[in-house]
Amino acid sequence: MSEQTKISIRDFNFFYAKKEVIRALNLDVRENEILSVFGPANSGTTTLLRALNRMTDLTPGVYMEGEILLDGKNIRSPDINISELRRKVSMVFEVPTPLPMSIFDNVAYGPRLSGVKNRVLLEHTVEESLQMAVLWDEVKDRLHNSAMRLSGGQQQRLCLARILALHPEVILLDRPCSGLDPVSTSKIEESLRHLKEKFTIVIVPHNVQQAGRVSDRAAFLLMGDLIEVGLTAEVFANPKDKRTSDYITGRFG
Amino acid sequence: MGIRVNPRTTQKIAKVVIWSAAILVLLLLFTIIIYILSKGIPHITWQFLTEIPSDMGKSGGILSAIVGTLAVTIVAIVVATPLGVGTAFYLTEYTRESGVTKIIRFSAESLAGIPSIVYGLFGFIFFVTYLKLGWSILSGGLTLAVMILPTIIRTSEEAIRTVPPMYREVSFSLGGTKWQTMTKVLIPSALPGIATGIILGIGRCVAETAAIILTAGSALQMPTSLFSPARTLAVHFYILASEGISLENAYATAAILIILILLINIGANLLVNRVVAKRR
Repeated sequence: MSEQTKISIRDFNFFYAKKEVIRALNLDVRENEILSVFGPANSGTTTLLRALNRMTDLTPGVYMEGEILLDGKNIRSPDINISELRRKVSMVFEVPTPLPMSIFDNVAYGPRLSGVKNRVLLEHTVEESLQMAVLWDEVKDRLHNSAMRLSGGQQQRLCLARILALHPEVILLDRPCSGLDPVSTSKIEESLRHLKEKFTIVIVPHNVQQAGRVSDRAAFLLMGDLIEVGLTAEVFANPKDKRTSDYITGRFG
Repeated sequence: MGIRVNPRTTQKIAKVVIWSAAILVLLLLFTIIIYILSKGIPHITWQFLTEIPSDMGKSGGILSAIVGTLAVTIVAIVVATPLGVGTAFYLTEYTRESGVTKIIRFSAESLAGIPSIVYGLFGFIFFVTYLKLGWSILSGGLTLAVMILPTIIRTSEEAIRTVPPMYREVSFSLGGTKWQTMTKVLIPSALPGIATGIILGIGRCVAETAAIILTAGSALQMPTSLFSPARTLAVHFYILASEGISLENAYATAAILIILILLINIGANLLVNRVVAKRR
């Protein structure tokens, strides 16, 4: 983890249907760190993640204020190319969602959209991405089978490989393991530890324990307010705020 | 309150009722098909398939009617499919629910309920006389296109709506534009449903008589261009039977009509299955 700031969120307010979901948020994401943003349901964690690559644009009835700076450039400014932004800041969703096509075509989907046609290059990208997502060994003999027949855990690693093929800078993970068995979960967590050397990762973990296991720093969000942020070990060992310690120890949430 | 019936008894009664309904419908369908085929097929000869009608259809063949049917149907499908599927995509992907979408949907539904003769009259006034296309394959095909448009819009819209919303999110999240998402994910996923609408449309085109007589005419000679008048199999059959020209040839024409529809359906299903199989 370096001290370089990758994403800087400044005075960010987010409203959904006139309801304030995120309030006056200031938060930095540093380069090559794993930042977990955790909190109980409806705390704005997923919304924050989706705002970082403007997936929130797809939801009608949202209103935002403030700045989100990626390498110093406001991603909310109108001259941003959204396709480019989403390739740079890519997301894995809570529900593993392969597209109804082969494993190969799923991973090659993003590169093809951006105009890559060279077969050799595509094959190389697909293999490299599947390897980084710790899925290659399981699927290398059936790349042209449908991705719909993979298990849930494999599908989620495929989704990870699919965004790695975009060569992103930031990876957003929205409860990537919530429906998965412990073995698949540990495989995904294992790949994350390797990935942070190349990428900046923001994860909304599906439980407090995962935040403790995988992240360098942790940010606790409660009802749209950032309660505290710091090194994961510190937040977990000596939370500064009583609400954080109550949540971590399971007194609510 | 009421009589208590043992659930097992209800179960048995339901089974009998549902099975009888299915068997009855199958019987009815097969009776009609077998009756027509058995009456018609004996009169089908190579000559019947390869010659144009002579003596008002009493003798000769039906080649010009087969060509007319295919030509009119192809024009209708080629025109109606892009318009219908395009409208369906506009309604589902390119706009949010509003007054305009409600008006489009309401118009499409109303159009679906109008008798075909009214489309025929519209086609006659608009395509045949106003646009001066005359009684022609083009006028007939365009009229049929208008007629099947609501069906295609409706079934395509349903098909697009059943594509899981997450597919769109995934495609957008990987940097896809609306157009890329539509062509690479939505159309392939919705294809079986869209194809159903097109097949239903083909069925209606092939079976249509009233609208055709008013717009494509009922000429017996071989059509030579899109501007030639033409007679379709259904029209030929109608005239042969209603004017008592030749009942044998009427049955033979009907048999050909049924076989043609079967072939189109089987072909379309094979085509769709080949595309879908790759994606499961």
